[in-house]
Amino acid sequence: MGSLFRSEEVCLAQLFLQSASAYSCISELGERGLLEFRDLNPKVSPFQRRFVGEVRRCEEMEKTFTFLQQELRSAGRVPGPCPESPRAPVAREALRVQEQSEQLAQELREVSRNRASLRGRLRDLRQYLHVLREGQRFTSLPAPLGSPPRPRALSEREPILDPSLHQHLERKINFVAGVIHPWRVTAFERLLWRACRGYLVASFVEMPEPMEDPASGESITWVIFLISYWGEQIGQKIRKISDCFHCQVYPYPESEASRTDTITGLHSQIQDLSVVLEETEQYLAQVLDKVALALPTWRVQVQKMKAIYLVLNQCSFDVTEKCLIAEVWCPVRDLTQVQDALRQGSYQSGSSVECFVQRIPTSESPPTLIRTNKFTAGFQSIVDAYGVASYQEVNPAPYAIITFPFIFAIMFGDVGHGLLMFLFALWMVLYEDSPRLRQGTNEIWLMFFEGRYLILLMGAFSIYTGFIYNECFSKATTIFPSAWSVATMANHSSWSSAYLATHPSLTLDPNVTGVFRGPYPFGIDPIWSLATNHLNFLNSFKMKMSVVLGIVHMGFGVVLGVFNHVHFQQRHRLVLEFLPEMIFLLALFGYLVFLIFYKWIKFSAADSRVAPSILIHFIDMFLFTSNAENLPLYPGQVPVQMVLVVLALASVPVLLLGTPLYQWCRQRTPRMPVSTGEQEPLLEGQEAGNSVNASKEDVESGGHSPDAKHLDFAEIFMHQAIHTIEYCLGCVSNTASYLRLWALSLAHAQLSEVLWTMVMRNGFVRLSYVGGVVLVPVFAAFAVLTVAILLVMEGLSAFLHALRLHWVEFQNKFYVGTGYKLCPFAFTSDTWE
Amino acid sequence: AMTAHSFALPLVLFSAFWGLVGIAAPWFVPKGPNRGRVGARGVPRVIITMLVTTAVCCYLFWLIAILAQANPLFGPQLKNETIWYVRFLWE
Repeated sequence: MGSLFRSEEVCLAQLFLQSASAYSCISELGERGLLEFRDLNPKVSPFQRRFVGEVRRCEEMEKTFTFLQQELRSAGRVPGPCPESPRAPVAREALRVQEQSEQLAQELREVSRNRASLRGRLRDLRQYLHVLREGQRFTSLPAPLGSPPRPRALSEREPILDPSLHQHLERKINFVAGVIHPWRVTAFERLLWRACRGYLVASFVEMPEPMEDPASGESITWVIFLISYWGEQIGQKIRKISDCFHCQVYPYPESEASRTDTITGLHSQIQDLSVVLEETEQYLAQVLDKVALALPTWRVQVQKMKAIYLVLNQCSFDVTEKCLIAEVWCPVRDLTQVQDALRQGSYQSGSSVECFVQRIPTSESPPTLIRTNKFTAGFQSIVDAYGVASYQEVNPAPYAIITFPFIFAIMFGDVGHGLLMFLFALWMVLYEDSPRLRQGTNEIWLMFFEGRYLILLMGAFSIYTGFIYNECFSKATTIFPSAWSVATMANHSSWSSAYLATHPSLTLDPNVTGVFRGPYPFGIDPIWSLATNHLNFLNSFKMKMSVVLGIVHMGFGVVLGVFNHVHFQQRHRLVLEFLPEMIFLLALFGYLVFLIFYKWIKFSAADSRVAPSILIHFIDMFLFTSNAENLPLYPGQVPVQMVLVVLALASVPVLLLGTPLYQWCRQRTPRMPVSTGEQEPLLEGQEAGNSVNASKEDVESGGHSPDAKHLDFAEIFMHQAIHTIEYCLGCVSNTASYLRLWALSLAHAQLSEVLWTMVMRNGFVRLSYVGGVVLVPVFAAFAVLTVAILLVMEGLSAFLHALRLHWVEFQNKFYVGTGYKLCPFAFTSDTWE
Repeated sequence: AMTAHSFALPLVLFSAFWGLVGIAAPWFVPKGPNRGRVGARGVPRVIITMLVTTAVCCYLFWLIAILAQANPLFGPQLKNETIWYVRFLWE
């Protein structure tokens, strides 16, 4: 049961739970995370379900927790994560949690309120104190004698009139003192002047220390104002204006002595209040400590409890109302564990009757379960992104572990870039347990981190293909000496220095003996990176490589279909589908691969003038024509090709009609007596063990009515026709689609080269010390552009195209991908905040 | 230094190497524990699959590269400066 190769066996089971022990059984199952529960009450609204009261209670507790969390956060504390995962609480514990949390919330509210009011009071007192102090400055300075009271438009720091002078004038001076927001000062002054000019004197001064604004909470430097006026009506006007401007007005005692008394009184009040405030703050801190300690555990407990009740809501009661029945999808391998969990749950709740699990047959398709470890999870996720595997069909993931990085590397092949990618992934893999890496919140970083093994393999294969392409940051390496001898060619054609000067470019001729000395043993010869016609050679090489690898990849996909046919007991499909598919692919495209290899081996420089074109031969093969100028590759080529085309065309009707006709024949042979005999046990079994949700039609599916089968036959035929057309046309178009391997590797090589010649090479211009200094910023630019363009952009591009090749060209040969995943009911730690 | 490259030697060496990786090494993959964690029993099969796939892919890729150069139909076209450097300074 190598579980990565196909889904595990999953069965439908029924759990019979005692009402008393249902809660603890489900709690036990949730801790282990084995089963997926099915909803047995789909038509019941959430408000009519049985345990809606308990769910509501949990939600109320969660509301209290949210309030407590907000309070913690506003006090600047961060509640830590829950140390170990507590189990779901029983009813008594839950009640206790609810009471305690509500009590704490109540206390917190009260204390916060007290503190807020104390603070407000303290602020008021301090403002009053400042007003009095600053006001002192004005009222105790003597004014110059004889100066008449003048109205002012702008505030100036001049002393107001001495009251003694006013007594001389026989008018009583009154004061209005208060505090105003600094932004409103000019408007206030202007209005005062307009309304009451000539009858008042106003002075403004800033408060020495900033204070909190009760409305917005920010700290502002208030402005103290002191207005001295005479006349009762003026006083009323001034007070109304101050009200408009939301000023805080304080009573300003007239005589010096009373002012000093008030100041001392204020001082002592402030002191007392500060002491009380400090004690309040300490108490608040204590309460917050208690909350911070208990809150994480409570959250987890209540979350688990709520989850359990939501699951219990999905169960149905049997007729006696004593037993809960739950329907679950369970991996067959875990049935014993489930029984064990039920036993433990029953024991914990102290009930004497044990709960048990029973497997039941079903005609529905079970969910897919493929267990992965941290290495295979990344590859499985890119397969699942296209479609989750149908139940028990072949999973492409174990093969994609290698083929996906390999296809990527063909498009990305460069030793230097591959090495950088490999080192980056290696760093992520070696430090994968560090919490700093794991708890990153940036989505893009998390994507890279999840795929670290994928990137590791991609980098490793890129290094390999980079060596084969002989490209390291677009430069070739000469691990082995080059196979092309320039000296021999030069001697043969007598290329003197004078001759070279007049001819800007010359070609080495492999027909001359000694010029070409055998193929480069590992990869592409380094001489090609110096050649001006290197694209002529590389394009031919890469195109043929892409086609060969594509046909091999697709052939592998067709072969994987064999495993499906064998597993699902459909051996007729081996002969009626796999064989014609394989013949079609091999007769046409396998032959193309053969032609490519044959031409490489058989034709050399000696017959380079008359070397046949494979493409023209291939086209002529389909059109049954021949071209006089295109010599055959081998004697007897035309009849061989004709036979292959006829074979391929003959396999198409077999593919089109084979399976439908076979199924029709099977259905037509007299099987009626057998099927009626089978109906009896099915009907009996319906009461015993069938799924509660099974409808009558499902049970009677053993004996189809003839009408239903005819409709089915039309559908089968249609399905097969679509499959045939898709396959045959797909073979041609998908082979061409693999040419993107050539296109992207060419693009990558050219970008690399451009970056080198236009950026890095300019750093080597001067060979002096100055040149060394110039090299540093040039290299910085080269490095940044390499990472941004070649690694990130080209990497993403090659990744995307490799993904497309896998999802479409490879998987449409065998993969259906219409399954759904098994989502077990589990209390996983990553659902907690 | 223009030594003649043989064709047979690399062919034999690399075929042997990838044959070792793809055919011989799978026999030496340690079998997983029979009663291990769930899913641990499939691990050696995945490793064998990985080894065989790697061997096939890498061998095929190398083979295509060497076969494409075994009988070249045309040679490299070089600039006169390159010819001069390679001839007089390197060879």
